[in-house]
Amino acid sequence: MDKGTYRVKTGFAEMFKGGVIMDVTTADQARIAEEAGAVAVMALERVPADIRAQGGVARMADPVRIKEIQAAVSIPVMAKARIGHTAEARVLEALGVDFIDESEVLTPADPFHHIDKWGFKVPFVCGCRDLGEAARRIAEGAAMIRTKGEAGTGNVIEAVRHMRLLNDQIRRLSGMSKAELVTYGKELGAPAEILELVQAEGRLPVVNFAAGGIATPADAALMRMLGCDGVFVGSGIFKSADPERRAKAIVLACTHYDDPELLAEVSAGLGEAMPGLAIEDIPDRELMQHR
Amino acid sequence: MTIGVLAVQGDVREHLRTLGRIGVTGRPVLRPDHLVGLDGIILPGGESTAMWRLMTRTGLAASLQEALASGLPAFGTCAGMILLAREITNWPETYFGVLDIAVERNATGRQVDSFEGRVAANGLGELPAVFIRAPLVRRAGRAVEALAWLGEAPVLVREGRVLAASFHPELTGDPRVHELFIHMCRKGER
Repeated sequence: MDKGTYRVKTGFAEMFKGGVIMDVTTADQARIAEEAGAVAVMALERVPADIRAQGGVARMADPVRIKEIQAAVSIPVMAKARIGHTAEARVLEALGVDFIDESEVLTPADPFHHIDKWGFKVPFVCGCRDLGEAARRIAEGAAMIRTKGEAGTGNVIEAVRHMRLLNDQIRRLSGMSKAELVTYGKELGAPAEILELVQAEGRLPVVNFAAGGIATPADAALMRMLGCDGVFVGSGIFKSADPERRAKAIVLACTHYDDPELLAEVSAGLGEAMPGLAIEDIPDRELMQHR
Repeated sequence: MTIGVLAVQGDVREHLRTLGRIGVTGRPVLRPDHLVGLDGIILPGGESTAMWRLMTRTGLAASLQEALASGLPAFGTCAGMILLAREITNWPETYFGVLDIAVERNATGRQVDSFEGRVAANGLGELPAVFIRAPLVRRAGRAVEALAWLGEAPVLVREGRVLAASFHPELTGDPRVHELFIHMCRKGER
């Protein structure tokens, strides 16, 4: 019996489809997420909105925090490592974290490279803004992709931008000859072998969730309509007025995204959503998606 | 013949694809009215807690419970096995309870301990099997037939019209377990 094979990693990601993965910072929040129907929780020290507001260097969460959350729930527990921080990832793997998010929400650790994810038994999810970025992460061994959006803003526009761009680029592959794929791959900075897989399937060869700015049930439904397999909700739940109700509503909306009557019902009376940020009010150097 | 695949959450597409490969029509089941006219239903892999909450909030759980009680054949993989089990040894809830087994959730450990390999199944031969944070059967009733084992634990079990696997046949492209289920769904067997 073989552990940590690519099929075991990507197969695990398939199990999340249609679901919502929620950021949590305490065991209590993790229990609320599980009870609401989250398919996994992301254990972290501060949600993206706080990281954005407080500034400074954002790092992997304290193992004590991660263990508390692991002990509190039966669903999978994910955690974030800094981009390129192989040692943080090794710590998270040793803790038995179920999935590592190599995340732009934390302060990047390596200015040149991402983590070589093939050398790990634990699967990785990585962010992307377009097909080139997705293909590079898959080539490095990512078992799941999420569009980046702009985390901690409560503003869905960047998530939509990245998903639309990805869809558009995937559509362009259909009908391309091998030579054209190679040229297009150069343009995107994407390995041609990965593009061949995408071309054959008409979609990414791994599960793709949306992330970054999802704050309402309708936001989740919108991302599903655009073709993503599920959503990550970061600050959107526990920075809102009524996290329990909002979490349940987003879970239902993610599954029943094409049922407007149900969306109307679950969207009603949720109280204040998290405070939002206009993207144009954020200085370019503070955008997390460019990391 | 039309086989439903519970589609609130999980690896629905892989089950539909496997059904397609053996020439069987699959139908995603999201709402109670999607159950009408089915010859069988597959409960896919996913998170059992999430799937159950999604089903109860729309009335699908009650309708499916009724359909199972009136003899709709069912096949559960991983989370689907948990949903069908009579007892869950390490969790306070039980769900449909139509299969007389006690399962332990996440019995193979965390994801770093998930694995794939081959298991020998009675009547089916050696099957590729992917175990992901898999549930294992810790007790099986007398009417339950174990078709494949992993050490001491049965990993493919059948009782009457209900079939369940700890692993994910839908992830491997090998259709033999699905073919067995289709055989169980044929009218003569009901």
